[in-house]
Amino acid sequence: MTRVHDMGGRYGDGPVVPEEEGVLFHADWHPRAMAVTLAAGVLGQWNLDMSRHARERLAPQTYMRFSYYEKWMAALANLLVEQGVVTRGELSGETEPQRSPLAEKALKPAEVAAVLARGGAVDRPGGPAPVFAVGDAVMTRAPAENPQVRGGHTRLPAYAAGARGRILRLHGTHVLPDSNAHGKGEAPEPLYAVAFPASELWAHPEHPGDEVVLDLWQSYLRPAP
Amino acid sequence: MPHDHSSDDPHALLPPEPALRVKALETLLTRKGLIDPAALDEIIDTYENRIGPQNGALVVARAWSDAGFRAALLEDATAVVAELGFFGRQGEHMMAVENTPAQHNMVVCTLCSCYPWPLLGIPPGWYKSDAYRARAVREPRRVLADFGVELPAETAVRVWDSTAEMRYLVIPRRPEGTDGMDEEALMKLVTRDSMIGTGLARTP
Repeated sequence: MTRVHDMGGRYGDGPVVPEEEGVLFHADWHPRAMAVTLAAGVLGQWNLDMSRHARERLAPQTYMRFSYYEKWMAALANLLVEQGVVTRGELSGETEPQRSPLAEKALKPAEVAAVLARGGAVDRPGGPAPVFAVGDAVMTRAPAENPQVRGGHTRLPAYAAGARGRILRLHGTHVLPDSNAHGKGEAPEPLYAVAFPASELWAHPEHPGDEVVLDLWQSYLRPAP
Repeated sequence: MPHDHSSDDPHALLPPEPALRVKALETLLTRKGLIDPAALDEIIDTYENRIGPQNGALVVARAWSDAGFRAALLEDATAVVAELGFFGRQGEHMMAVENTPAQHNMVVCTLCSCYPWPLLGIPPGWYKSDAYRARAVREPRRVLADFGVELPAETAVRVWDSTAEMRYLVIPRRPEGTDGMDEEALMKLVTRDSMIGTGLARTP
């Protein structure tokens, strides 16, 4: 187990409760929380992997207690202070806010459509050549920890660590989150869709034909013996 | 960058009540010149009114009616949906997966809430819930039962856990009795849940 966010396969969460289509937010402040987070991201002081890591390294008690957008707000406040964008005094209201040198980067209303449309593609040309081909049997690394940074970010869920699967597809060469989340560079690697039989992952698979597919970077994998 | 947090976390300096926390952050960032509230309004309007499951429904309806489009979509969804104007944040890398009598596809993000925003809008509450994230990979059929969906034993389930930046669109099976229907009529049969794989398309 890595961190509290890594909950795939956990028991005890109860039913999934469907809801009507068209329900987008459940409180007046939710859309504001979403928009503040997106607009702050445009300042360019962190990348997507850093913002994911900021949410998942909230203390487990906090992570479980906070609702979805509360996690976003907590992670945003932490990132803003850690990256030196706001001070603790400004955040607590004890000191008068100072105009930021980053203000010229602030998202303007007329730029919103273009910025959202641009997104942030993570495929990168070059990088290491793929060493696996479609159909190859592979094993995922175990345990599911970031090998570079103690307690760091990774996108290998614990439930799929040390499991045997087969390469379904090569997605191209993508930025490696384990490195990028920690400001250690994009370190792009081949990314594969890897299929695992449910019986490989779970003691009580529901059906012998069921599978789970995960997108996994080359360094997460080794040839299966 | 620290890896563990305590009550010294900066976020603990914000007011305890969630609505006030958001207000405090928005006000602070606005006063520092880092946020323009009018840009926030624009972001919200985009996701409330312009981007939503109707985009994905158009893609599915076209795939049902046009074999060439369907083949191109399954080959390179990113390029095909971009031509329709559906691209951008949380949809930079798209893949379409097709349900058949032999295989039902279902999408989850066990680590957070990854979701194809340009095609489906922002994800529903249940998609982001602990229950869905925890259970979809281990017991997809029981999760489907929560949605009132039962699959026959001859249908295998393939669950896609969105662990990277690939975003998945499920093409549900075209319902029986829809042979003469045009694209606009077919779109009305395509539900958001059917494009995540927790539902089936409506029958006319």
